[in-house]
Amino acid sequence: MNATTTIASTARPPPREAGSLSPWALTWRRFRRHRVAVVALHALAVFYTLALGAEFFAPHSREWRDLSHAYCPPQLPRVSLAHGLFVPAMRRLIDPVTFKKSYVEDETHPVALGFFVSGESYTLWGFIHSDRHFFGVEDPAQECYFFGADKYGRDLCSRMIYGSRISLSVGLVAIAVTFLLGVTIGGVSGYVGGAVDNVIQRAIEIINSFPHLPLWLALGAVLPPDWSPLATYFAITIVLALLGWTNLARVVRGKILALREEDYATAARLIGASHTRILFRHLLPGFTSHIIVVLTMSVPAMILGETSLSFLGLGLRPPIVSWGVMLQDCLSIQTVANYPWLLMPVVMIVLTVLSFNFLGDGLRDAADPYATR
Amino acid sequence: MNPPLLSVRGLSKSFPIRSRGFRSRLVATVQAVDDVSFDLNAGETLGLVGESGSGKTTTVRCILRALTPSAGQVLFRPPAGGLTDLAALSESALKPLRPHLQMVFQDPFSSLNPRMTVAEIVGEPLVVHGLAKGAELQARVDDILKKVGLKPGHRARYPHAFSGGQRQRIGIARALIMRPSLVVADEAVSALDVSVQAQILNLLKDLQAEFKLTYLLVAHNLDVVRHFCDRVAVMYAGRIVELAPTAQLFESPRHPYTKALLAAVPWPDPDRPMKLEVAGEPADPSRLPGGCAFHPRCPDCFAPCALERPALREVTGASWTVACHLPSATQPPSVLPTHGTDRG
Repeated sequence: MNATTTIASTARPPPREAGSLSPWALTWRRFRRHRVAVVALHALAVFYTLALGAEFFAPHSREWRDLSHAYCPPQLPRVSLAHGLFVPAMRRLIDPVTFKKSYVEDETHPVALGFFVSGESYTLWGFIHSDRHFFGVEDPAQECYFFGADKYGRDLCSRMIYGSRISLSVGLVAIAVTFLLGVTIGGVSGYVGGAVDNVIQRAIEIINSFPHLPLWLALGAVLPPDWSPLATYFAITIVLALLGWTNLARVVRGKILALREEDYATAARLIGASHTRILFRHLLPGFTSHIIVVLTMSVPAMILGETSLSFLGLGLRPPIVSWGVMLQDCLSIQTVANYPWLLMPVVMIVLTVLSFNFLGDGLRDAADPYATR
Repeated sequence: MNPPLLSVRGLSKSFPIRSRGFRSRLVATVQAVDDVSFDLNAGETLGLVGESGSGKTTTVRCILRALTPSAGQVLFRPPAGGLTDLAALSESALKPLRPHLQMVFQDPFSSLNPRMTVAEIVGEPLVVHGLAKGAELQARVDDILKKVGLKPGHRARYPHAFSGGQRQRIGIARALIMRPSLVVADEAVSALDVSVQAQILNLLKDLQAEFKLTYLLVAHNLDVVRHFCDRVAVMYAGRIVELAPTAQLFESPRHPYTKALLAAVPWPDPDRPMKLEVAGEPADPSRLPGGCAFHPRCPDCFAPCALERPALREVTGASWTVACHLPSATQPPSVLPTHGTDRG
C-alpha cells in the first residue's frame, strides 16, 4: 500500500498537469504540431468568415452589373505615391469588323481604391444595415473588377464571395445528414450484429456499387423545377448525403465491433448500464476523433458533388450563386479560351478541397495516439 | 451452517460455430463449460484454476450473465430476498441484482474507459442505479478511492495517467462502490508484475475483511491461489475435475490432471528437473473425447475412462470431491503416500 502513496505524493498537483488533460486536449496538442493542417485550418476559417460576412466583404452586391464592362479582364490593385491604392480605368474598344470587345488600361484615369468604402447599402444577417464595404472603389460611379467580369458585366469577385456561402455550406449541411445516417445505421449494424449487420452491410455494398454521377443526375432531375431556390438547395444536400453516408457507417460499424469486445464495455454491462448508455457514453466517445476525420475528409466530396451537379445544370440554378453555377458560363471552349478568368471559381474550389484534405490529414494524425512523430 | 451465497448447478455454455457466408450452417459446437456445479459460501474465497481454454472465464462470465448460459442454474442469494436463478432472469430483471455482483477484470488497460475520468468511472455504477448524485456521489467516490489506496485528488485524471497497479485499484474501486456481496476476480493480478500482484492481493484481502466480501478468483498462477483461496476448483475442458480445500489440494492432489498441473509449476532451481509427465495437447472443446475428457493424456488411464464420464465423488465429506474413475482417487488421505509437490 505504501508504494502507491509515495507514487501519488510525488505528483505535484498544478492546475493543468498532463494526467488531467482530457484526450481532446492531448489531440489538440498533437494537431498543432502539424503545420500544413494548421495553415489549412486558418485558410478555411478565412473562407468561412468571407462567406458569413459576404455582404460586407464583397465589393458589390450579387446582382450588381454594368453591361458596358462585359468580360472586363481582372485588374490587380497597384500602389503609387501619387494615387495611393488604385487601378487604371478600363477603356473598351470594339473591333469594327468582328465586334469583339477588348479593354485597354487608361493610365490617365486612376480609380482610387480603399478599405471600408461606402457603396451599395445592404442588410447583414437581417439586422445590420450599412453601406460600408471592406474593400472597393472610393467613388461608386467608377468601377474595378479584381477577378474580372462575366458576360453581363457582373463582378466575379463579389459573386465568388456570395457563391462560397452556398458552396461551402452545402458541404456542412450534407455532412450533418451524413453524420446522422452514418452513426445511427453503422452503430446499429455494429452493436446489434448478426443478421441485421449482414443486411445493412449488403445494402451499403449495393449503394456503393451504383455509379455516383448518373445517380446524382437522376435524383437531381427528379427535383421539380418550380421549387424555390432554398428547397432545391436542401434537396441537393440530401441527395449528396444519401449517397455519402456509407463510408462513415462502415467506419462506425468497424469501430463498434472492435470496442464492444473491450473489457470496459463488458464492465458497463455488468454495472447494469443500458444499451443506449453503453453505445453513446462508452463506445461512441472512443472514436469521435475518427468520425470527425472521416467527416472532414468527405466535405470535399460534397463540395465537388454540388459543383458538378450545378455545372451540369441539374443542381442549383441561376438566380442562386454558387461556384458550380458560376462555372456554367465555362461550358463552351470559346468562352474559356477568350475569358479564362471565368474559371476563377475553380481556384477557390481547389483551395477549399485541399484545405479540407490537409485538415483531415492533420486531424487523423493527431487523433491516432500510436502515431510516431 | 448458513446456506451458500451462490449455488451453481449443471452450468453449461456452448458456442455454435457457423460456416461463413450468407446461409450460415451449424458446423460444430464448442462446449466451453460442461455441467459445472459448485457452492460458494458467504465470506469464503474460491479459486478456479486450469490451463488456458479450460472454461474458467466462460464459467464466471455465465455466472455474472455477461454471457447467457446454455443450461443450468445460477442460484444467488441477495442480502435481502430469497434465492434467485440468475440464469433465468431477463436483462431488465437482472438490473436490480447487479449491485450485488461485481467483477474485477484481468487487463487493467482495457477495462477502464480511456475517455472518462477516474471519478466518472468509479462513480458510474451509482449514477446508473440512481443511488447517489451531486455531493453525495463525490463523497462516496472519494471514500472508495481512499479505501483502495488512491487519493481523492486523482479523481479528475484520466486512466492513461496511471500505472497498471493503480489502474487495477481503480477497477476494484468501481467494483466495490456499490458494496457487492460477490466479487468475481477474473485473473485480477495476472497482468501485473509480481511486487504489484502482492499489493493488490493484500488489498483484496483487506477489503474482504472490511466489506465481508465473497470472492470467486479465476487464476492460472497456482501460487496466487494457494495463498489467497480457501477452496480450489480445478477445471479441465469445461468440467470441474477436482474441488478441494486449498491445503488438501496442494498437499495430496487426487485427480491425475491436478497432479500434472501442480507438477508443471516451474521451480527456480536449475538442478531440479521439471516433471512433465502428461503428453499431448489440451482437449479441443469442439471435439471432446468421450468418457473422461482427460483420458487420452492421463498416465493412469484404464478401461472405464474412455467409456464413461466420471461423476464428482467425495473424498472426505462434501468439501473434497474428485471426478476420476481411479479407485485410489477417493481413498482417504491417511492410506495414500503424499503425492505432488514437496514444496511448502
